[in-house]
Amino acid sequence: MLTTQFLLLGAVLFCIGVYGVLARKNAVMVLMSIELILNSVNINLLAFSVRHGSVDGNTFALYIIAIAAAEVGVGLAMVLLIYRNRRTIALDDLSEMKG
Amino acid sequence: MVAADLLVAQNVAFGIISLMMIVGALRVVTVNNVVHAALWLVVVLSGAAAQYLLLSAEFVAITQILVYVGAVMVLFLFGTMLTRARIGAESDLNNKNWALGIPVALLMLGVMSYVIIDGFGDERLIENPGDMEPIPVQVISDDIFGPYLLPFWALSFVLLVAVIGAIVLARKD
Repeated sequence: MLTTQFLLLGAVLFCIGVYGVLARKNAVMVLMSIELILNSVNINLLAFSVRHGSVDGNTFALYIIAIAAAEVGVGLAMVLLIYRNRRTIALDDLSEMKG
Repeated sequence: MVAADLLVAQNVAFGIISLMMIVGALRVVTVNNVVHAALWLVVVLSGAAAQYLLLSAEFVAITQILVYVGAVMVLFLFGTMLTRARIGAESDLNNKNWALGIPVALLMLGVMSYVIIDGFGDERLIENPGDMEPIPVQVISDDIFGPYLLPFWALSFVLLVAVIGAIVLARKD
């Protein structure tokens, strides 16, 4: 197995996630794209963990999984709150903060 | 590049799983149905867990299945069903200028691929793939509760705050 193949897989997933964040309007879909991005980073970390013969990458990956779970919990709570107040979760319509 | 050791079973497994993951990820960002997108995301997350197994990170793979496929997906499906009146295909899931995302993503992919291939080239991940052994959980826990104890505390605090914050945000007064 080559280092490059894992890093390229991570890069492809990262870019697909970035496209999703940019293109999607539905807030839940944007959160899903963020999950794609976090997973691509995890693949990179574990590949480097093997490459350096160190266990640190596994630790970082576990921390990222925990952070992602917290992020989804808070993010979906915010989405629910927005939906309750405005009956929509389209991110285009949330423009009060716009200057 | 990969063709040199295509016969190695791990490479075949890698190819199949990564193809599955990329197709799943593309479906996540293109499909017109939120529930279907969540189910395609399950494919990607399970594929990532399989890649972790290939990288001999068993504990992370199991955690991935438990946390992502088990908990996060249920949260997503709940979020979808609590915020939408109808189940089924929708036409307006994309932004007005969604097409701008394609050149941005392709440009990033180009730059990142160039840097990765330029920097690592044909380098093997590990000299002798037979040497790869599953990392014992004990070693990971020694790492977490040794040099990375402070981030672990911070992480525990973040999880506590996230739980409280989610309850405060989502409850009806």
